Amino acid sequence: MPAAPLKNVTVSAPDGPDDSAKETLIEVRDLSLYYGATRALTQITLPICPRLVTAFIGPSGCGKSTLLRCFNRMNDLIDNVRIEGAVRISGYDIYSRDVDVIELRKRVGMVFQKSNPFPKSVYENIAYGLRLQGHRNRADLDQIVEQSLRSAALWDEVKDRLHSSALGLSGGQQQRLCIARAIAIKPEIILMDEPASALDPIATARIEDLILDLKKQFTIVIVTHNMQQAARISDYTAFFYLGQLVEHDRTRKIFTNPTQKQTEDYVTGRFG
Amino acid sequence: MGIQRGHRARPLEWLAERVIFTISLSAIMLILLIFIFVGREALPIFLGRMDSALIQETIPPERMNELDPEELRVYLDLSPRQFAGMDRDTLQMLMEVRQEALEEIPPEQLNDPDAHANTTAWRYLLFPHQWSDYDRPRYIWQPIGNIHKYNIVPLIVGSLKTTLIGLFFAVPISVGAAIYVSQLARPRVREIAKPTIELLSGIPSVVVGFFALLVMASVFQAVFQYETRLNAFVAGIALGFAVIPVVFSIAEDALTSVPRSYTQGALALGSSKWQAAWHIVLPAALPGVFAAVVLGFGRAIGETMIVLMVCSASVMSWSIFDSARSITTTIAAEMAEAVAGGHHYRMLFMLGAVLFAVTFVANLVGDIVIHRLKRKLEGRS
Repeated sequence: MPAAPLKNVTVSAPDGPDDSAKETLIEVRDLSLYYGATRALTQITLPICPRLVTAFIGPSGCGKSTLLRCFNRMNDLIDNVRIEGAVRISGYDIYSRDVDVIELRKRVGMVFQKSNPFPKSVYENIAYGLRLQGHRNRADLDQIVEQSLRSAALWDEVKDRLHSSALGLSGGQQQRLCIARAIAIKPEIILMDEPASALDPIATARIEDLILDLKKQFTIVIVTHNMQQAARISDYTAFFYLGQLVEHDRTRKIFTNPTQKQTEDYVTGRFG
Repeated sequence: MGIQRGHRARPLEWLAERVIFTISLSAIMLILLIFIFVGREALPIFLGRMDSALIQETIPPERMNELDPEELRVYLDLSPRQFAGMDRDTLQMLMEVRQEALEEIPPEQLNDPDAHANTTAWRYLLFPHQWSDYDRPRYIWQPIGNIHKYNIVPLIVGSLKTTLIGLFFAVPISVGAAIYVSQLARPRVREIAKPTIELLSGIPSVVVGFFALLVMASVFQAVFQYETRLNAFVAGIALGFAVIPVVFSIAEDALTSVPRSYTQGALALGSSKWQAAWHIVLPAALPGVFAAVVLGFGRAIGETMIVLMVCSASVMSWSIFDSARSITTTIAAEMAEAVAGGHHYRMLFMLGAVLFAVTFVANLVGDIVIHRLKRKLEGRS
């Protein structure tokens, strides 16, 4: 069925290379997740490609954030979570028993919905992850802190207040600080859980620019409620509904010519 | 319209607000009144109006007629009202009592230089004095006897000694337990551990003291091999048991109220749970944890029964394995036998005022530090 032309969504995402040319970085296979007796995710199978932005969209409670948190095992913190199926990153099953969760999280960074800088100085916020990895050399730290802040487009705004509290920054700056903190430890993958949902449009635009810039080095998986945002920044989009993956394809295809009726209804704003 | 009805629009809410306001005001009034009461009773000591010398200047009763009424009143240490209510015979008798008191002093003490000393003077209270029969200047609290020795330094040292031992013992344990319970423990463990530790505060301190006196004292002596069985160390550890639930409860609340997002942020960067708790959560909760310690200090220095039961010899020593007598213990133990209005009585009130001042200053300093820490955390300084 041909999709109706979209009125309110501009798609500027580039066409990715052909699927055939892509290897898979994160491979989700038959993943089901239960909170106690409630099933939150049902048999998800999904490949995620390196150095591209993959967006998870869907109405609230559809399981997209839950899936995102499976990739760095943040769901472990919740009691009574049970997982079936497998998540492989670079071929390793991250739920196998010999995986060190702490090492996993060093490779899979995360930016949260609500910016959560530590109540420490700007500098210490970024240096913290590095110190955890045993960086002690002051000059090295200085250099990585500056580089991370520059990558997060925050350096010019905070370079004169590196040693004052991060809680004095504005909301948008705090969120970029959290991104800087995540990239400072050089993960392979950055998970973003609605990183701009609490920000004003200008701060949101800066975060989006930043994401487009970061995908040159990192693989980014982003959960968003904002359809335009998904269309603007992602290469691939996955649409979830009621714990199931409805459709996963190139962003351009999802927004212009989706296969499923549900996807079309959602991206055109007819429900959700 | 009713727009200009003011508080009459919601009389119940207005009334409730007034009642709460009055209650909080009366709490402040009560503190003030207690302080005024204690201060008033202790005032003669502060002003140096008491004289505790054994040998007082005595006027023979026969010379009563030579004194004018005001001189007589001051000599007999009577208030104007008491003086007005007494007839001549009573006054005469009082003068004879003074005379007899002088005659009853053992002859060997008549030549004692200390017998003329007013031991309530500040230099006797605060500085060591070489009493006759002693080979060197000493700090001595010995209120009963012909010469009343009122040096308060051993009591202050005793209070500080037991309190600090108690805090050194209790703070690491309770803060550690608070970190464990609020950050690391599984929910099942938390549900059991938290109320159990808080239950400790329900044990009457006399029971803790009893336990320390009989059990802990013997066990510690067997382990540490010290000489004095009942000493400041045993008292301090027992005090610690009284302090632990206070510090734990408040520190645990402070740690739990640190946003979970901090912990999650740290974990997402690859920290262990323990690192997140130690590096991120504890610094963020520091104002609250510090408040817990200040409150624990107040609880320890104000605790009476435990120290009273475990050790109460007022020796001047910084050694934790010597006995100690705290300020509170002294007041509790001696108030019953002190003559109302006498110098011993007033001295005990003076100790009360000192205790009040110490706690007040500790709380004030604590508040200032907490305020600073908070401002630093919130990025406002």
